[in-house]
Amino acid sequence: MFRIRQAHFLAPGIKRFVIEAPRIARKHEPGQFVIVRIYEEGERIPLTIESSDPALGTISIVVQSAGKTTHLLNSMQAGDAIADVVGPLGKPSEIAKFGTVVVVGGGVGAAMAYPTAAALKRDGNRVISIIGARNKELVLLESEMRSVSDTLVVTTDDGSYGQKGFVTDRLRELIEGGTKIDLVLAVGPVVMMKAIADLTRPAGIRTVVSLNPIMIDGTGMCGGCRVLVDSKSQFACVDGPEFDAHRVNFEVLVQRNAMYREAERRSMERFVREREAREEKNGAGNDEPCTVVQGGKQ
Amino acid sequence: MTQPAAPSANPLTLKERMKVPRQQMPEQEAALRSTTFTEVNLGYSEELARQEALRCLECAKVACMQRCPVGVKIKEFVQMIVAGDFAGAAAKIREDNVLPAITGRVCPQEDHCEAGCTLGKKVKPLGIGYLERFVADYEQRMGIHHLPKVAPTGKKVAVVGSGPSGLTVAGDLAQKGHKVHVFEALHELGGVLVYGIPEFRLPKQIIREQLDHLRDMGVEFETDVVVGRTVTIDELMGEEGYDAVFIGTGAGSPQFMGIPGEHLNGVYSANEFLTRINLMKAYRFPAYDEPMVDIRGKDVAVIGGGNTALDAIRSALRLGARNAYVLYRRSETEMPARAEEVHHARQEGIDFRMLTNPVEFLSDGKGWLTGVRCTRMELGEADASGRRRPVTIAGSEFELPLSVAVIAVGTSANPIVQSTTPGLQTDKRGYIQADSSTQRTSRKGVFAGGDIVTGSATVILAMGAGRRAAKSIHEYLTSGGWELPAALKIA
Repeated sequence: MFRIRQAHFLAPGIKRFVIEAPRIARKHEPGQFVIVRIYEEGERIPLTIESSDPALGTISIVVQSAGKTTHLLNSMQAGDAIADVVGPLGKPSEIAKFGTVVVVGGGVGAAMAYPTAAALKRDGNRVISIIGARNKELVLLESEMRSVSDTLVVTTDDGSYGQKGFVTDRLRELIEGGTKIDLVLAVGPVVMMKAIADLTRPAGIRTVVSLNPIMIDGTGMCGGCRVLVDSKSQFACVDGPEFDAHRVNFEVLVQRNAMYREAERRSMERFVREREAREEKNGAGNDEPCTVVQGGKQ
Repeated sequence: MTQPAAPSANPLTLKERMKVPRQQMPEQEAALRSTTFTEVNLGYSEELARQEALRCLECAKVACMQRCPVGVKIKEFVQMIVAGDFAGAAAKIREDNVLPAITGRVCPQEDHCEAGCTLGKKVKPLGIGYLERFVADYEQRMGIHHLPKVAPTGKKVAVVGSGPSGLTVAGDLAQKGHKVHVFEALHELGGVLVYGIPEFRLPKQIIREQLDHLRDMGVEFETDVVVGRTVTIDELMGEEGYDAVFIGTGAGSPQFMGIPGEHLNGVYSANEFLTRINLMKAYRFPAYDEPMVDIRGKDVAVIGGGNTALDAIRSALRLGARNAYVLYRRSETEMPARAEEVHHARQEGIDFRMLTNPVEFLSDGKGWLTGVRCTRMELGEADASGRRRPVTIAGSEFELPLSVAVIAVGTSANPIVQSTTPGLQTDKRGYIQADSSTQRTSRKGVFAGGDIVTGSATVILAMGAGRRAAKSIHEYLTSGGWELPAALKIA
């Protein structure tokens, strides 16, 4: 069992957990993830590690409510325990002195890009960060990202904060404005990562994306997380999760992430029904609204 | 009560013994079992066990024991069954095999002990596996625990992986008084025994009981540790203070065929398909959260001819598949699966399509599998494996409609431990190199065995490697000597 030391919402439906996992904290490097199973009947889902503290023996993860498992996780509090947390898994991000690096974080992807941005900054890169969200209250880790960036740009789809528009608009402006970019790191929804790959490909800018396919074991045993890279199967859990964006077949990733959409919907509906029944019985409300967010796993 | 029975306990003459027919294993009816995951083989009664044990010719040569990868004293335990001393028989097996209830179910005895049985030259060989299972189940039913009383040696051994080789090492070393700590990457213990082999062949309860036995012997277990990631071999040998490490991480990564359409929704590796069912209980969705494609009324095929392939397709049948095919590119003679499993599968209604080679998975245009294009094969000259090479028959292409395809064409080495352990020598294919008699690797104090050394094999062969490793680890811990076989010297 892995005890939750702290838990608080960063934004509606997005919660940050600090979890006691001393072994994982000691070994974590930016870009790696954990597999989490909440309880005996739970599924195993991958979640990127946002930060770790080896001295305290803790790691933190940022979770966006999407399906049943993430909703359930986000209803947990400090003091609760998670049945299984395994990691750190996947290859760490390549950290080197590239020159100018643009880090793009879409939605909860900002939290996942943060440790890599910090490491790139420490290694002497000029870091330009672009983080985007649907609206002001969903902007994540702004001050943290600012502290590891030479320049930070915030975008919101509705213009309620920062610049109105998408992260890709700002990246396009940078490229068209003649900024010499040596590396782009993009973490976020698949559609965003694909749009960024399409943008940087003609410009010949090396681009790395962190992929989020469906996984079970996370150690290369099942092959469920296979992605097509250069038309060859690669396992995101051991060969990734980061890949050269210009070689990834994003259509296949979208297709495979939709494999259990119907089952996920049924599971979520059942979960909501059961929760409502419980609340009716207890007469108590819940502080978190239940919203089904479109898209695959985070 | 554990005194060995005298050979004379058997009242029959050798001639009379030859006349007793091999006692059949009681089975659940095929029609019933194709809809349930409960065990196919029901086990011998005391009556059947004693009757079967009477057939043993008690040869001086004990070819049966010589062919057992873990060296179970078969003649002696069978004599104890004849004498009615079932507990003694169980204790006798445990001297050499710490997982008898498991091997009694999944070991291919026809390739080992029963292939050596003298009876087999004239009539059917002694049902050694069935007898082993009987005494192991008897021991469990009666709550008998044979706990060796040994003084602790103060030595600590880390075992990486809780599959058959690791559990054998753990059991054998605990019996020598060493402190053993087993690390497992998944949330449940047992390795391939829990994620791979289905309930109807090896009930999870049996594994849990065998694990409890090891716990009672003082073995410690830790789940959710991926050695190589969560902790490295060097850290185990260094700051964690282990005196030796055994690596038994298994065969690892599933192979795909590299044919078009393998990424379609509905195409699974056998490892993923079986893991969703066995480990994650996806067939009980939504009571369990892990989903899988709904198989009820669908056409399902497995590609491959090994035990894993049969485990997958027999599981699909139990989940309600309308048609359940085995597509295999060679003929039945070359199938690596156990004869008993092929027999059971056929009884249950599995449709075997031999000399059939898939060349492309077909799509509905929206990313979902709709079928497979295959060619028919014929057998040509023998290849490097000694089996006749399948050759495509020109113009023989045909399509088979499918909703789910399961690829069970083998595995390749999982790289996590090897790539994070400097100086650990591997072969061209990435498997760990270990001496075949001592299981020593190129790293002092580090031993390896099972599928991560040999590539995918069987539970009993992994256990055999575990036995050799445990013996060799004990020698190393008591003498401190470490001689490397020449081939493994670090450059």
